[in-house]
Amino acid sequence: MSWLLAFPFLLPTLAALLTFLARERARLARVLSVGSCGLLLLVSLAIFALVESEGVLAAQMGGWPAPFGITLVADRLSAVMLLVAAVVGLTVAVFALSDIDPLHEQLGFYSYFQLLLAGVCGSFVTGDLFNLYVWFEVMLIASFALLVLGGERIQLDGGIKYVAMNLVSTLLMLTAIGLLYGLTGTLNMAQLHLALSEVDNPLALDLLAVLFICAFGIKAAIFPLFFWLPASYHAPPVAVTAVFAGLLTKVGVYALIRTFTLIFPAGDGLAHDILLGAALLTMLTGVLGAAAHYEFRKILAFHIVSQIGFLILGLALHSPLALAGAVFYMVHNIVAKTNLFLISGTAQRLTGSFELAEIGGLYRASPLLAALFFIAAFSLAGFPPLSGFWAKFLLIKASLDQAAYWVAGVALITGALTLFSMSKIWAEAFWKDHPANACAGLATLSGADRLQRLLPVVLLALITVALGFAPEPFIDFSLAAAAQLLDPGAYLAAVLTPPAD
Amino acid sequence: METALAMVVGILIATGVYLMLARNLLRYLFGLILLSNAANLAIFTAGRLTRASPPLIPEGLQAPEVAVANPLPQALILTAIVIGFGLLAFALALIVRAYRQLGTLDADTMRVAEPETKPKRGRKRS
Repeated sequence: MSWLLAFPFLLPTLAALLTFLARERARLARVLSVGSCGLLLLVSLAIFALVESEGVLAAQMGGWPAPFGITLVADRLSAVMLLVAAVVGLTVAVFALSDIDPLHEQLGFYSYFQLLLAGVCGSFVTGDLFNLYVWFEVMLIASFALLVLGGERIQLDGGIKYVAMNLVSTLLMLTAIGLLYGLTGTLNMAQLHLALSEVDNPLALDLLAVLFICAFGIKAAIFPLFFWLPASYHAPPVAVTAVFAGLLTKVGVYALIRTFTLIFPAGDGLAHDILLGAALLTMLTGVLGAAAHYEFRKILAFHIVSQIGFLILGLALHSPLALAGAVFYMVHNIVAKTNLFLISGTAQRLTGSFELAEIGGLYRASPLLAALFFIAAFSLAGFPPLSGFWAKFLLIKASLDQAAYWVAGVALITGALTLFSMSKIWAEAFWKDHPANACAGLATLSGADRLQRLLPVVLLALITVALGFAPEPFIDFSLAAAAQLLDPGAYLAAVLTPPAD
Repeated sequence: METALAMVVGILIATGVYLMLARNLLRYLFGLILLSNAANLAIFTAGRLTRASPPLIPEGLQAPEVAVANPLPQALILTAIVIGFGLLAFALALIVRAYRQLGTLDADTMRVAEPETKPKRGRKRS
């Protein structure tokens, strides 16, 4: 069954080709885009079920055994990341039917979108560091195109900053990979784990660790490397921002988690001090940025940065509970964040702007949208009993267990400030009256628009609520995923054991 | 030989970083190009250098008889060159387009996405 592991990136790649050929025939391209995302979700579910029942899955591409060929691996972390990526892909694909105009469709929006998903899914399943670089580049070039598609002034301006920073990250990653190869002679992640434990050169290891932190840190938008994110995320259409917000930075975090649990196994030392410091500063600077802004999407973009801090915190604390917290937080955050951006798109359609000063009246005009925003926003702020509460609870409990009281303090302050900036959106966009009394209700949208805009949002909100009210199975899963990360025995066995025949 | 190449890598990085510190975006891009070459050369050097000994296996044998050049870094670099070419070509096209639409290549004056004016307050104060 291990051939299944190639499908998460083969399907979107194929769909990208087909939608490119069909870009003049919008209806066909739309069906292909949503259909491929639906299939991707089924495949991810199958992989998730297999990993749960049979343990770590590995597939050797082309029949070359590791470490000579490229290995695809899925452990619990990969499986759950694939699953949420597929959920985000499907919901955004449906939302895009209403949000993306014919011009963007003709320019090939669906192809780039599918290519982005291929890059994201490829990064999650690969077991080879150089292959990870290749998937990062697939993702990157697709995101470049999505960001500037249409070529408005604001997009070009934001796009330049995004491209400039991300190209540096690419080069750092490439250099780090080259030097790591020089040190160990392998790029297979499982073999790197074994090879690096025998390297007796702490200076070289620290240097490489810092290079990887910088390279992945730019992608993950950690302090002080995040400035490209708030500069560009509010420029493209909402569907694009939503998929960026849900997946792009999280791939960087995933790469950091993978690198600093599997490849550099030690849970202390320079790398973890840097990660801990960066995590705290990321949490605080991000949320302060959100508190200062008065534009719907800019506030949300700064929140992404702040939430990344929590994820890195889980990695830096490096205890089973902390890593479980990071896994839980990742899933909760991807779902809630994507949802908030989708809601901001519909809010803009109804009120005419993203500027909080120019909008209002949404609570009266469309109470359903207000309720959905309430769920996502207050989950992100960590309100019980929504999913964000449990995510924050796990991380704060983990830091208290390690007697890192000030870490817990920073996390709680960040939570409070998140609540402040969310209530700002709530008060301005939902509660106060529209300055020009021009807030339309959901009923003014056409039936298809309403369905395409609300269905994804409702689905994501349901996941948030389900994770919040019945967190126990998922906390158990996160703990199991964390145990797998801290003890890579099963991962190594699955990759390095030659096939039986 | 490794020492010489390591120094070349160092010089390329120093020149690249110097160019990237300029506010002009085109200089920034040229700096990136130098950096990408430095990265490729670093991989090449990290894979150990073996002179004048191509990785060919004589007929009838399973493995080469003498120490041969390592072909893997070369394969990696080839991939990286192709990817880098695509990315840098895109970046150049983007910069040209931005120059046409924004009328400037000075990073300091590019403030369309992040205007310098204070963010609008939510509530109108009366």
